Amino acid sequence: MLTLPKKELITFLIFAVVVLSMPVWLIPFGASYPGLLQTFAIFGLFAVGFNILFGLTGYLSFGHAAFLGVGSYTAVWSFKLFTMNPIPAIIFAIIISGVFALLIGFISLRRSGIYFSILTLAFAQMSYNLAYSVLTPVTNGETGLALTMQDPRIIDLAFSERGEALPQVALFGLNMAGYGGFYFAAIILILGYFVAQKIAISPFGMMLKGIKSNQNRMGYTGLNTKPYTLAAFVISGMYAGLAGGLLAVTDPLAGAERMQWTASGEIVLMVVLGGIGTIFGPVLGAWIIKYFANIFSAINENILHNMFSFLPASVQDFLVPLLALFVGEGWELTMGLMFVLVVVFLPGGLMEGYRRIAVRISAMSSKETKSVDKPAQTDKQAGGE
Amino acid sequence: MATAKHNTVLHVADVHMRFGGLHALADIDLEIEEGKIHAIIGPNGAGKSTLLNVCVGRLAPTSGAVVFDGQVITGMKPHEINQIGVARVFQTPEIFSDLSVMENVMAPAFAKRDGAFRLNFMKNVGQEKEIRQEAEHFIEDVGMTAELETPAGSLSRGDKRRLELAMCLIQHPRLLLLDEPTAGMSRHDTNTTIELLKKIKARGMTKVIIEHDMHVVFSLADKISVLAQGRIIAEGDPETVRNDPEVKKAYLGGAQE
Ligand SMILES: Nc1ncnc2c1ncn2[C@@H]1O[C@H](COP(=O)(O)OP(=O)(O)O)[C@@H](O)[C@H]1O
Ligand SMILES: [Mg+2]
Repeated sequence: MLTLPKKELITFLIFAVVVLSMPVWLIPFGASYPGLLQTFAIFGLFAVGFNILFGLTGYLSFGHAAFLGVGSYTAVWSFKLFTMNPIPAIIFAIIISGVFALLIGFISLRRSGIYFSILTLAFAQMSYNLAYSVLTPVTNGETGLALTMQDPRIIDLAFSERGEALPQVALFGLNMAGYGGFYFAAIILILGYFVAQKIAISPFGMMLKGIKSNQNRMGYTGLNTKPYTLAAFVISGMYAGLAGGLLAVTDPLAGAERMQWTASGEIVLMVVLGGIGTIFGPVLGAWIIKYFANIFSAINENILHNMFSFLPASVQDFLVPLLALFVGEGWELTMGLMFVLVVVFLPGGLMEGYRRIAVRISAMSSKETKSVDKPAQTDKQAGGE
Repeated sequence: MATAKHNTVLHVADVHMRFGGLHALADIDLEIEEGKIHAIIGPNGAGKSTLLNVCVGRLAPTSGAVVFDGQVITGMKPHEINQIGVARVFQTPEIFSDLSVMENVMAPAFAKRDGAFRLNFMKNVGQEKEIRQEAEHFIEDVGMTAELETPAGSLSRGDKRRLELAMCLIQHPRLLLLDEPTAGMSRHDTNTTIELLKKIKARGMTKVIIEHDMHVVFSLADKISVLAQGRIIAEGDPETVRNDPEVKKAYLGGAQE
């Protein structure tokens, strides 16, 4: 039941090691600090879930940030009302965002293609606006929802006295603000990755791919596409809600800006950049975009001068202002250029680039080792084309 | 509505289909008998594909009804009609281009076993041994064993049709509707397909086949209906239809000129 075929199992184990060792291998990239590590894990999870809808089923939602926001608000409410333990918070986040996804999905999925995308966008903008207006009692409007000294926290306060300061999110004593929060999010990312792998290779996943490939044929094949697309929508909405819940776990504050359309657009960029339909690609896309947003945007001319201090002053004076265009405020320019290059030259995203390189390398190594077998192999390839 | 005979599987009763001013189907009354191969012939634009569209729920007729196995299926959704035993091969192949040949044939088998919807993500496709074996069997039937893992989109047109046939056969439908199953095939592939259809006929599956190729029609059909400009102008066994003066004038004669 909880098994993976060998190939997927190996990918899974490698992924788990890569994620858990991020604090180490991100050091040379200057990205190994808890805040950014948490972001990597959380948005990786968001992207994995988004891909279940977009990559497998072929439905492009422009409103998934709404579920991220719902997850955050839910988690903060769980801290305020019940306990600072992150586990109930993320469970509620999954459930409530799932309910929202069910409602929004049910209506949006009455249409497909661009109309579906526009409907999801409309719903997300509606949620965003409601969070600032009618729903202020729930969301605390522009100030954002935060913990206060008066929160009931009925479960926690049943066992201990109210302290002097604001409480912190902690899992049985392990503080979620620093590395603890990263490892908590990392383990959930790994679990989420496993579930996505299971879905992709299951009969259910095959039906989703069938819908993406030819929705009409699905009907004449006896399959009801509606519940399949709705299930995919709800699952990906729950992933988004879980990611939103984790944002609140690592920093117990929820604001509506998380639900803005730019946030919904960003997740689309992440998935496309990394590789639609692959499982690791979206995670990679999320990491790269978040890396650029946090590291590139922090580089300024002074840092550049230091980097190039080994060069003669005249070269420096030429090079630094030029490079400065692409860092600091200009990080979005770099990101945009990279995105355009990938979409034009690698429509399958960075994962396609990886596959192409892997094919080249294996072709080269088989040429060296199996020169005797070579004629047969080329024959076969020619026949296949 | 005429009373359906005891062994009628499909009854198309007084069906009209209008597209704006075009009367694509006019007063069609058709009975398809259990276990028989019923051919529908007629010139291009006669309304043959439209008739099948009405039968599988792609189109709702302007008036009239389609009755399958005693149940009115007009107004039902395509997947509901398929679930009660009607499968169709389309004129332009409708397959899952991004999936492999194997997956294309497994999907309809899942639909047959699990119904229209099942949240089955505990198992891996690879663990579904029975369905896989059955799919292999039907892929072998249509002679495509060499292409098991090929993405269906890259197949030749003839292979796509044969794949679609396997996708239908694996469902063991009571009624199989074939819209020009040999169009675009070489003579050799056409003959293979005819042999295959004869083999399935022996299994007692009822079939409606639309075909241009008279060689195919006369070597397969038990009964023929001739459609021209949305009307049935002749009906009967192959011999009768071949000698019908109306048919000669409207269709066969025209084709030979
Ligand atoms: N969905 C549709 N909308 C409008 N006209 C259609 C539609 N489907 C078919 N027709 C028209 O109905 C007529 C019959 O088409 P069709 O059933 O495809 O003919 P056949 O399959 O016998 O060649 C044609 O004139 C065609 O243009
Ligand atoms: Mg036609």
